[in-house]
Amino acid sequence: MDDLKEEIRIGVYVCHCGTNIAGIIDVKEVSRTAAGLPGVVISRDYKYMCSYPGQAIIQEDIKEYKLTRLIVAACSPLMHEETFRNAAAKGGLNPFSFQMVNIREHGAWVNDDKEAVTMKANDLIRAAVYRIVCHKPFQRTRVDIQPSVLVVGGGIAGIQAALTIANAGKKVFLVEREPTIGGHMAKFDKTFPTLDCAACILTPKMTSVKAHPNITLWAYSEVRKVEGFVGNYKVQVGRKPRYIHEDLCVGCLKCIDSCVYEKPQFPKEFDLGLSKRKPVYIPFPQAVPQIPVIDPETCNKIKFGKCKQLCMEACNERKAIDFDQKEKIEEIEVGAIIIATGFKIFDPKRLPCYGYGIYQNIYTSIEVERLLNASGPTGGKVVLQNGKKPETVGIIHCVGSRDVLNTNSWCSRVCCLYSLKLAHLLKEHTEAKIYNFYIDIRAPGKNMEEFYNRVSKEGIHFIRGRAASVTLDDSDENMSGVVIQAEDTLIGKTLKVPVDMVVLSVGMEPQPDAKEVGRMFSIPCAENSFFLEQHPKLAPVSTMTEGIFLAGCCQGPKDIPDTVAQAGAAASEALSLIDNGYKELEPYTAYIEEDECAGCKTCIPLCPYSAISLHEEKKKAIIQETLCRGCGVCVSACPSGSIKQKLFEDREIFCEINGVLERQ
Amino acid sequence: MGKEKPKIAFYWCASCGGCDESFLDLAEDILDLVEKIDIVFWPVALDYKRKDLEALPDQSILMTMINGSLRTSEQEEMALLLRRKSKILIAYGTCAHLGGIPSLANQFEREKILEYLYKSAPSVVNKENVLPKIQYDEKGHKVTLPEFRNVVRSLDQVVDVDYYLPGCSPPPKLLKKAFSLLLSQELPSKGSVLAPDIALCYECPRIESKPKDLSIAEFKRLHHTQPAPEKCFLAQGIACIGPATRGGCEARCIQGNMPCTGCFGPTSRVRDQGAKILSALASSVKAKSEEDIDRALSGIPDPVGSFYRYGLAKSLLRVKRIESNNSVESKNNGVEK
Ligand SMILES: Cc1cc2nc3c(=O)[nH]c(=O)nc-3n(C[C@H](O)[C@H](O)[C@H](O)COP(=O)(O)OP(=O)(O)OC[C@H]3O[C@@H](n4cnc5c(N)ncnc54)[C@H](O)[C@@H]3O)c2cc1C
Ligand code: SF4
Ligand code: SF4
Repeated sequence: MDDLKEEIRIGVYVCHCGTNIAGIIDVKEVSRTAAGLPGVVISRDYKYMCSYPGQAIIQEDIKEYKLTRLIVAACSPLMHEETFRNAAAKGGLNPFSFQMVNIREHGAWVNDDKEAVTMKANDLIRAAVYRIVCHKPFQRTRVDIQPSVLVVGGGIAGIQAALTIANAGKKVFLVEREPTIGGHMAKFDKTFPTLDCAACILTPKMTSVKAHPNITLWAYSEVRKVEGFVGNYKVQVGRKPRYIHEDLCVGCLKCIDSCVYEKPQFPKEFDLGLSKRKPVYIPFPQAVPQIPVIDPETCNKIKFGKCKQLCMEACNERKAIDFDQKEKIEEIEVGAIIIATGFKIFDPKRLPCYGYGIYQNIYTSIEVERLLNASGPTGGKVVLQNGKKPETVGIIHCVGSRDVLNTNSWCSRVCCLYSLKLAHLLKEHTEAKIYNFYIDIRAPGKNMEEFYNRVSKEGIHFIRGRAASVTLDDSDENMSGVVIQAEDTLIGKTLKVPVDMVVLSVGMEPQPDAKEVGRMFSIPCAENSFFLEQHPKLAPVSTMTEGIFLAGCCQGPKDIPDTVAQAGAAASEALSLIDNGYKELEPYTAYIEEDECAGCKTCIPLCPYSAISLHEEKKKAIIQETLCRGCGVCVSACPSGSIKQKLFEDREIFCEINGVLERQ
Repeated sequence: MGKEKPKIAFYWCASCGGCDESFLDLAEDILDLVEKIDIVFWPVALDYKRKDLEALPDQSILMTMINGSLRTSEQEEMALLLRRKSKILIAYGTCAHLGGIPSLANQFEREKILEYLYKSAPSVVNKENVLPKIQYDEKGHKVTLPEFRNVVRSLDQVVDVDYYLPGCSPPPKLLKKAFSLLLSQELPSKGSVLAPDIALCYECPRIESKPKDLSIAEFKRLHHTQPAPEKCFLAQGIACIGPATRGGCEARCIQGNMPCTGCFGPTSRVRDQGAKILSALASSVKAKSEEDIDRALSGIPDPVGSFYRYGLAKSLLRVKRIESNNSVESKNNGVEK
């Protein structure tokens, strides 16, 4: 074999990692054993191999002993593979003539039998010595990075991220599924802890998005397909038909006024069905873009093919209305992607004990946000179904949160605080007597505890205990009131509190399509289905897929300040990636020898990065190297062994296995 | 040597006889061949005894082709003897090449096999419970039988092999090619399999109909279905081992509307044919849930028989692991490390 002609001179370095490794593994013994292995010309142990002097030893030895291969037995390659590859390169070796052996995470930290773990270190080093003989030199290749970013989801997270990147002079595509951006925040009246008006702080940002020369806003759109890899994602965005051409519409809204339905008749999604809209509508007055949508389910023309089409008449020579509009696919190329798809509100119908959808005057918190909002269904007046102001209100915390048995295990983080906010606002609007049923008040974060103190001084009643049920109040002659039953755990008594109105502080859940979205972008979900960050502490906005970042509640429940901070972080990660202009690719890609491939096509559908295609004339598979991430799926699946992977050739793996097993 | 014709020998070990017969598939070409060679040993056709063979000088046979796998001590002795007498030794056919169908017996312990065959099989009547013995004394007369070894082996697990002719049995085209190659002076590199090194799909007439994404929902067993005559078997949900099998047979089985069962063995790049087809098929199964997986699996009731039909002896699995200490082969039997 050709590579046997080359002289193999291996240097093995065993790291103490202070006492992390040396505390349990006999590093001297390991180094001595390594010295006796075939091809090893020098073997040493040292306190910290990754330190400057540690690396210097390697570089000097490479020269002095004319090393052609380098092995460092230390920590996980995730920590220091790069360090030692660089050391090898500085010493004049190809960086891939290096192999790292993990005797810390795979050895010292997971064993307490000194003798056994020392033997294991010997085995792992032997495996590396046998394998490294097969190593060939490789060069990293460079690919250009598209200087643009796709942001998916136009809640406050997506808006913040898009503006940050656009302000840095980079192109942004913002894709929002709903007809308007704004997300949940656009529905609120005021925001805790400062009680500033949500619209006043949000709508200026929404308008800047629309006006920004670097942002292409595609609302009422969804990502249909993602291909490619970090720096070069090819994305197809489907722009759903509004039946109104965005470029022709001037936002005069005359179509809405002139619709054949004189009165709004259909439940308005933005108000969670508490108000009505026409078939042609805008979600709320400050919607961005200021362009109506026609709902095909309720529009006479689209649904039944018959209508006077007064809207068309009103639109007149602008001719923006087009009942034949179809979904339009836009294709873009971006360097990075930020996922900011937010959360879904818990559906309290899953807990029938709270009577939601059964009794009158039981609302979710988000519905109450709309009732309190001056542009909401009641113009900001909080009234009962009978038109009167409520006199007593019960707010039940933790609905769909912290309930391992029935709903979700997690704390939704914002419900305590928005419950306090709603208590305050309801008191302000109605002067009702307000009871908060809570398990614990969780108010961490800047100014949050102060906010709690402030609200608790306003005469709000706090009852510590999870509410057990909401039932009809039979003592109430109108039969409109309800009774909340709960155990006050502080006094150990079961209470029955009659109220006119109940607010259910519903928690946050992952979006129902999180798994599919995750699959499309190749990002995994955590156990609870929120998207999984690469590392909870050290890479909180990165994902397992390079170049795709997370912002806002799609990663887990959080409040607006945290969402905005995280969006900023995701934006800066994306910027630091695309601003570099190029990316170096690792060499461990898969390759096919053309003569050997039988064209059986097994590999083609398997590649998670769509790197493999069939050459139509040659009828053989080809791998586009820049797309391959070296996952190895095709390599193991290729039934005729014709796909190989650099640095993971069968020979290297078998040598490694033999090495492990060859204990004397 | 002058005009002396090259000496050729044929021998059979544990085989069905099909390989010996396959020489006749050369049809009239066999006459040409016999002109050029001198067949010195061929038990199925010629009366020539072991002692005659022993009497030949070492290395005096140019080429010996042995078919069949090896299970008994006698087969081992013959293989060693022929090796000594021959310049070139060829493992002829799947059984000699990879262990073949007989090596499926490696899934069972030797004792269990003998127990079944001599006692418990429904067609056996053996009231005295007689089991074969290596030696038997009948009134002072010693009768001997070859020993039945613990495992079935391929030829190269017993002796050094120069070349392999794959197939169950090898097709005449490859046999002819091998003869002309080996009788010429241009010998291929030692250890070569004398067949193309590309998988069967490449020469399969049905490849065009194989879709890019198989998404197999369930495997159909052959006797439960009527395979379409022109469509890729895998596209019909019928397990075809073609993608993991060396080509060169001109897709004989597929031409007969039967899926490939893998007799040519893997390409030179694959260590374990069964594992390869298994991982390829598993990757092509549509299943998303456990139930889907069970449904797909239920179409393959005998995975070893389906994926290791011809190569168990040479696979990584090789043999059923036996825990008792004396039953794994003793060293001098030449078991591969
Ligand atoms: C009742 C209630 C009151 C609250 N009050 C406060 C408060 O007073 N103060 C505070 O700090 N926090 C409050 N919060 C928390 C606050 O709502 C969140 O922190 C914030 O909305 C998170 O923003 P986001 O952008 O991550 O998610 P979202 O607001 O959910 O926005 C996500 C956006 O992405 C879009 N989207 C989803 N999937 C896709 C897709 N596949 N393709 C394209 N677009 C998609 C959605 O349509 C949406 O516009 C409250 C929460 C609730 C439930
Ligand atoms: S190893 Fe194969 S399957 Fe994996 S990324 Fe590369 S080409 Fe795709
Ligand atoms: S899988 Fe079988 S039938 Fe299909 S193309 Fe390959 S060899 Fe032919």
